[in-house]
Amino acid sequence: METTTTQDKNPPLQGAGGSHAELADIFNKDEDRVNWHDETLWWIRAKRDKSVHQLPEWEALREAASNIKFNVLSHLDIYLAQFEAAAKANGIIVHWAADAKEHNEIVHKLLTDAKVTQMVKSKSMLTEECHLNDYLATHGIEVIDSDLGERIVQLAGEPPSHIVLPCIHKKKEEIGDLFHMYLGTPSNMSDPQFLTETARGSLRETFLTRKVALTGVNFAIAETGEFVVCTNEGNADMGAHLADVHIACMGIEKIIPKREHLGVFLRLLTRSATGQPITTYSSHFKKPREGQEMHIVLVDNGRSIQLGREDFRNSLKCIRCGACMNTCPVYRRSGGHSYHTAVAGPIGSILAPNLDMKKYADLPFASTLCGSCSNVCPVKIDIHDQLYKWRQVLVKEGYTPKAKTVAMHVMATTLGSSTLYHAAGKMGRLTIKYAPFAVNNKLNPWYKNRDMPESPKESFGEWYAKNRKK
Amino acid sequence: MRVGLFVPCYVDQFYPGAAIATLQLLEKLGVDVVYPKNQTCCGQPMANSGYEHLTGGCNKLFIENFQGFDYIVSPSGSCVLHIREHLHDDKQPELAKEVAHQVWELTSFLTDVLKVESLPSRFPHKVGVHQSCHGQRGLHLSSMTELVAPGFSKPGSLLNMVKDLELVELDRKDECCGFGGTFCVVEEAVSSKMGKDRVADHLRQGAEYITGADMSCLMHMEGILKRQGSNVKVLHIAEILNSQ
Repeated sequence: METTTTQDKNPPLQGAGGSHAELADIFNKDEDRVNWHDETLWWIRAKRDKSVHQLPEWEALREAASNIKFNVLSHLDIYLAQFEAAAKANGIIVHWAADAKEHNEIVHKLLTDAKVTQMVKSKSMLTEECHLNDYLATHGIEVIDSDLGERIVQLAGEPPSHIVLPCIHKKKEEIGDLFHMYLGTPSNMSDPQFLTETARGSLRETFLTRKVALTGVNFAIAETGEFVVCTNEGNADMGAHLADVHIACMGIEKIIPKREHLGVFLRLLTRSATGQPITTYSSHFKKPREGQEMHIVLVDNGRSIQLGREDFRNSLKCIRCGACMNTCPVYRRSGGHSYHTAVAGPIGSILAPNLDMKKYADLPFASTLCGSCSNVCPVKIDIHDQLYKWRQVLVKEGYTPKAKTVAMHVMATTLGSSTLYHAAGKMGRLTIKYAPFAVNNKLNPWYKNRDMPESPKESFGEWYAKNRKK
Repeated sequence: MRVGLFVPCYVDQFYPGAAIATLQLLEKLGVDVVYPKNQTCCGQPMANSGYEHLTGGCNKLFIENFQGFDYIVSPSGSCVLHIREHLHDDKQPELAKEVAHQVWELTSFLTDVLKVESLPSRFPHKVGVHQSCHGQRGLHLSSMTELVAPGFSKPGSLLNMVKDLELVELDRKDECCGFGGTFCVVEEAVSSKMGKDRVADHLRQGAEYITGADMSCLMHMEGILKRQGSNVKVLHIAEILNSQ
């Protein structure tokens, strides 16, 4: 037998609130809510299916996008330098951040230079990844998220539970209560139109008074030095157009070589995300308007390490559409917060261990490896294969509970020997038959909601020996 | 044609009926089937838990037991996929590769190798088909709802040959049942909920039986059905195709 792991690094108590399994267990205490969450996201998956089946060239588009991104990842250094030069020539100020800390410090300095203590922000999962809001709050700067869903979770004091639909875990009644508490709407008011108009009114004031606006970036074009922000509400545009300073933060993997490649990605992005043919706004930002400052912060934060991991490199192709979350039967029944990381779901589970193996050792196991994620992925990331590979890495690095390792050794020894296997099989069947209490109890998680299989009078091997004498 | 019958460990121990039906069905179709008696497990339980490096014993046994057959056939998409993708032996890599390529899942062996076009079976019941993920998305036994591609189903085409059998349409044609190997105990809450939801879909459509090409998923759904006191039964597809 091969020797395995080095040592038990005391996993897995992930995050402050527990592992994915523990948090999912809590989420599942309210079955009606699980049903609602599952059906809401399934409805979006169904919209996605309907939309993509209208394009006979859909699979070819996915292939093209995957290949373009493959090219980008293979020449990232060249494209980044090209992008920087073009952006600078357009009058954009370019910053480089090695990690979340540097990113936050750069943004903070820009705010200090602009002498402001307030900022409006829209559509940036990267700043969630870097925990920018918390960082700025400790430095006395208030950030208001202007995307409606992001604003709602911000009022609730929660992180987004989904990268495209940040407040998908909230029912409209709960949003009504939040607005009643913070925005002065009447109590028990849950009409979406009314709530949206209230948010709009409240945000209008924010847009008009903020001097600095931060947005995310969906695509940055190396050839032209411009970047594209895709939104449905136009709030990113509203913030950026009214502010004196526009800061755009992006992961270095968001680069695409040429403007013409947008035709591929814009067609894929929103069909995959929500089933819409395209976002309401696909805004191109190329240079600051007169009197405005425009900054781009290019953030690594572990991406170049992931680029160096051959098995996991392709995860950097991700365009953050969220389709893998909507289709994931585990995500739909455990909620985004159970992943205790900024990017939840299948894609988050292959990205997060790169940043912190110990903290996120549970995530690659929060999957049945059903493979639906890889099938919906618009850039054809082999998500479920990477989940499998992360499991192997995490075990070898020692991030699995010792008891599991012991059990696996016993299992491997038993199944690796015909004699032991037949003895153990017989014992197992006899136990279920004559001592069912040994398995039908609360120590057996299977038994909580499922009966054990019946014990047959003989195994197939035994039957075969009797009935097919050769 | 000499075929080695590969029976997954849990089928051998808990669902011998599925293996007997597989054997009888293949024999009925004129195939010379041998069951190598020292076989155990494909190694997937360890591998999917992150311990693929402990599957050396299983790999060695598998190659010992199954080398030299024209085909190796198994009534499990999941175990077949595991062998195809992961069977290896550092001492004899070429042989491992050769054996891995000879492994076939039962329904695709029937449709693609034997090219079965009719069966003498009869099963007068309403049946729901569970598309097990590894067979479907891994071995492409059926088209997948996520992809824009022509529709087909190897298990479905075989069931359509069975007299008096009525297939029910599911609301969600190919959602996972939540078994997932050790996932079913490590993530007990989500796993059970997925199983309950999958079973409920079949019940809503009035299925009397739930069938599929993987007994593990059926075992999971059977556990749920029994706990709910349901009369609906699970049967491996081989048992239906072999019924008269």
